[in-house]
Amino acid sequence: MSSEIITAQDVTVRYNSIDVLSDVSFSINVGDYVGLVGPNGSGKSTLIRTILGFLKPAAGHISVFGHNSVEMTQWEKIGYLPQKMSFLNPNFPSTVEEIVALGLLSKKGFPKRISRQDKTAIDRALGLLHITDIRRKLIGDLSRGQQQRVLVARTLVNEPELLILDEPTTALDPEMRESFFSMMQEFNSVKGVTIILVTHDLGSIGKYAFKLMYLDKRIIFYGSFGEFCKSERMSTYFGASSQHIICHKHD
Amino acid sequence: MDIIEFFSYDFILRALITGSFIALVCSLLGVQLVLRRLSLIGDGLSHVTFGGVALGIVFGIYPIYIAIPFVILSSLGILQLIERAKIYGDAAIGIVSSIGIATGVILASLAGGFNIDLFSFLFGNILAISRTEVIISIALSAVVLAVIFVYYYEIFSITFDEEFARASGINTKRINSILVVLTAVTVVLAMKVVGIMLTSALLILPAVSAFQIAKGFRNSLIISAIIAVLSVMSGIFLSFVLNLPTGACIVIINFLCFCGIFLYTRMKR
Repeated sequence: MSSEIITAQDVTVRYNSIDVLSDVSFSINVGDYVGLVGPNGSGKSTLIRTILGFLKPAAGHISVFGHNSVEMTQWEKIGYLPQKMSFLNPNFPSTVEEIVALGLLSKKGFPKRISRQDKTAIDRALGLLHITDIRRKLIGDLSRGQQQRVLVARTLVNEPELLILDEPTTALDPEMRESFFSMMQEFNSVKGVTIILVTHDLGSIGKYAFKLMYLDKRIIFYGSFGEFCKSERMSTYFGASSQHIICHKHD
Repeated sequence: MDIIEFFSYDFILRALITGSFIALVCSLLGVQLVLRRLSLIGDGLSHVTFGGVALGIVFGIYPIYIAIPFVILSSLGILQLIERAKIYGDAAIGIVSSIGIATGVILASLAGGFNIDLFSFLFGNILAISRTEVIISIALSAVVLAVIFVYYYEIFSITFDEEFARASGINTKRINSILVVLTAVTVVLAMKVVGIMLTSALLILPAVSAFQIAKGFRNSLIISAIIAVLSVMSGIFLSFVLNLPTGACIVIINFLCFCGIFLYTRMKR
């Protein structure tokens, strides 16, 4: 069996006749931790939405778990954290427990019901994110960091094989950001979860992710952080001093 | 007048039972609409109802039979405008709502102006509800309640985070369509209770009152339902005792509930 979870072949995505992704080809293997980086408008979220089958490529093909992404049915294998943190309604009347339970719906048939048996999975996810003691609190009563943990618990409660996180650290301060990256590294290494994490924080993600994908409408770089630091192409792209600053952060 | 006498009238019992069913449906849907910032869809669709009712009166067809399909089509039109024409939700509601009113005014004018029938739909009169209307209202309310029960988790997930819901394999387009169709049916039913002009109050007020004290999503639905049903019952009682318009009494009691809960939560802090 192939170890590839995602393969993209010459994928082009267009909005109003403009290419927002152009000729993108790559593969992501089981157990990879990929940091997806790039400037604003570089197509990071578009790529994520195309992988999830929300957008249909104008050309090319993306395969996820061996199936065409636009015909995705294996949602129970995927944990997705949308780029939503800053848009979260602070007055939404829902408890932590209720929100985490929503992550189980992808495994449910019709009609979807959360039963007493699901409590074990919910308890485990709450414990994993150290939020068991706030399970009955309303989401709006929590700090940004706690809210983020709740959303991650909702993503993990289903024990997905592939975790896709779209800018999960935007609302977090630098210390919490580092702790988040580190927590994801633990999931990756201990649980073997494949991770794609979109971030602007090129310096920090390099410390944790196995691979970096630098996107600017097309793939500019895809490889390890070590290769990134040695890449002459990246040196030309960023300027040698900027590249040195990014890479020097981990010395 | 004592309470036994109040309950001894057939028309009062009909009003209480039908009003409670409709209030229950309004309160449950209202929670989703307010949280999705679609509160005004109730207002917009009630204006469309005006067009549908006028159409029925002009052609001599029972207005509710015309209003229900007319409002359902308009509600789906709002969704299409949002999704296909990429128009913001409030603007799409505004467009459809004004067309509904304009259609109603033209038809009313063609029919020789606003008559008593049209006025009764504008301001509602649950005390005058017929047996047929009771059956239609309860049957449709039961259908709406059943659909909400079956799709409870899908609706909850979409209301909290539509993008995540989609990545959970939930057909968000289908659920959104179901929600607007349910809202359309509910708005037409609510017209009998409080009238076209006050329908949105029945959707919004119980929900916003509940949000102030609710301890969770399910809890907010329960509180909203209790407030809505109690408001309708006490509104009918008040209007009967004081000989005041029923719809307006129901809305004012709903508003008093909101004020009472608001003051209670502020005093508790």
